[in-house]
Amino acid sequence: MTDPVPMISLAGVTKRFGDKVVLDGVDLDVARASSMVVIGGSGTGKSVMLKCILGLLAPDAGSIRIDGAETTRLGRRAREQLIGRFGMLFQGAALFDSLPVWENVAFGLIRARRVPRREARTRALDKLAAVGLGPEVAGLFPAELSGGMQKRVALARAIAVEPEIIFFDEPTTGLDPIMADVINELIIKCVRDLGATALSITHDMASARKIADRIAMIHQGRIIWDGPVGEIDHCGNAYVDQFINGRAEGPISMQVRAF
Amino acid sequence: MTFLAAIGRTFLAFLVTTGQFTLFAGAAVTHCVRPPIYLRMIGRQMIDVGYYSLPVVGLTALFTGMVLALQSYTGFARFQAESAVATVVVLSITRELGPVLAGLMVAGRIGAAMAAEIGTMRVTEQIDALTTLSTNPIKYLVVPRLIAGTLTLPVLVVVADIIGVFGGFLVGVYRLGFNAATYLTRTWEYLEPGDVISGLVKAAVFGFVIALMGCYHGYRSRGGAEGVGQATTAAVVSASILILMTNYLLTGLFFS
Repeated sequence: MTDPVPMISLAGVTKRFGDKVVLDGVDLDVARASSMVVIGGSGTGKSVMLKCILGLLAPDAGSIRIDGAETTRLGRRAREQLIGRFGMLFQGAALFDSLPVWENVAFGLIRARRVPRREARTRALDKLAAVGLGPEVAGLFPAELSGGMQKRVALARAIAVEPEIIFFDEPTTGLDPIMADVINELIIKCVRDLGATALSITHDMASARKIADRIAMIHQGRIIWDGPVGEIDHCGNAYVDQFINGRAEGPISMQVRAF
Repeated sequence: MTFLAAIGRTFLAFLVTTGQFTLFAGAAVTHCVRPPIYLRMIGRQMIDVGYYSLPVVGLTALFTGMVLALQSYTGFARFQAESAVATVVVLSITRELGPVLAGLMVAGRIGAAMAAEIGTMRVTEQIDALTTLSTNPIKYLVVPRLIAGTLTLPVLVVVADIIGVFGGFLVGVYRLGFNAATYLTRTWEYLEPGDVISGLVKAAVFGFVIALMGCYHGYRSRGGAEGVGQATTAAVVSASILILMTNYLLTGLFFS
């Protein structure tokens, strides 16, 4: 790696809900302008990890550094400033039902960047075009769109504020294979165009192989393997091997309870 | 020992809820006076709370005024005090029934809608999405509803007062045979500004309570559709009970 300071750096991050330990000392570094994909089964703490980095959840212990600066004990104002550097694509798209598509995309521009509505609309249309949607969808409401379309709009919304760091939470879950590949292509293109650092969580191996520079695997609240995407097939880790080949038999037993 | 543990757990849960509610209410109120204020959102909420509640509140007030006239007439006839009907109607409506019934109807209509909408936004991660777009969800979702509720319910109650008195007038004149002019004079004669104003202050408090309960329960809902359903029920029930309780306290305060 050429850049010594990783964009995102987690060390010993711990989070528990009640007696249930969800994150049990996560250590992870994501280099600037690289794409890291964290894989792992359902209920292994992937989403909780993202929410801790975003500050939506406060970790119980450990350090989270963004661009070298510690973020776990930030005040409200500093936190608001920091979050302006992030973009996030939510699993269920999480579009605002009460707003038309263009206002969803322009939301961050209007609210946070104080861009006038007319100009924000123009820029929203540009972003929609970047994800392959024409101006005719701009006036529709999210409920009128299919799942794949909603994901595209959500992607346009995430990149509209031109964030330095983008999170993708299960970007291809619930999409048909073709639409999933379209989303993968768009993710690669958007991240490259922005020069952003990307951190994705998924259990879709096809997607992970396509969008990742590096892959890390999380299991029982810990990162158990981390390496370049090309090495994952012969990493020699029995857990990773079971997961990427989708075998029921192996060292991983299924978690029953969700968090 | 399990018995004591159960009591302890319930008590701790109660304290946790009280603490969470206090923090939520505190954050919501302090954000009300801190910029930015989303005027567009406040306007939209005011139309929802006020304009669209008019039919429900109007009908409630109309029939309440009518039944008041009818009941007080048959009651007062027993000691030849029928002439007090107009006064009883106007005082009951402005001081008590206008604000309380409007409050309860709006709690069912608006409190439930707020809890359902914010609850759905919570479980579909739209509230997290707001945060990632540098927008404080309390400021964007809760503050406009609190302001709209507090400002709009008094206006609704003014309308309810007028319609309720009109309902009493209709029954008094067309059913009980009062002279229209006499009935109106009796209505004005003993009415004081304080009667109406106390009712409007109550309405403002109820509007605040309804919005706060709707937002709080919606904001804290979790667990998909079922959680949103529970939040909606909790919002309506807690708002209704709080309306009746604060109504007693406020009445005690105004007329002691």
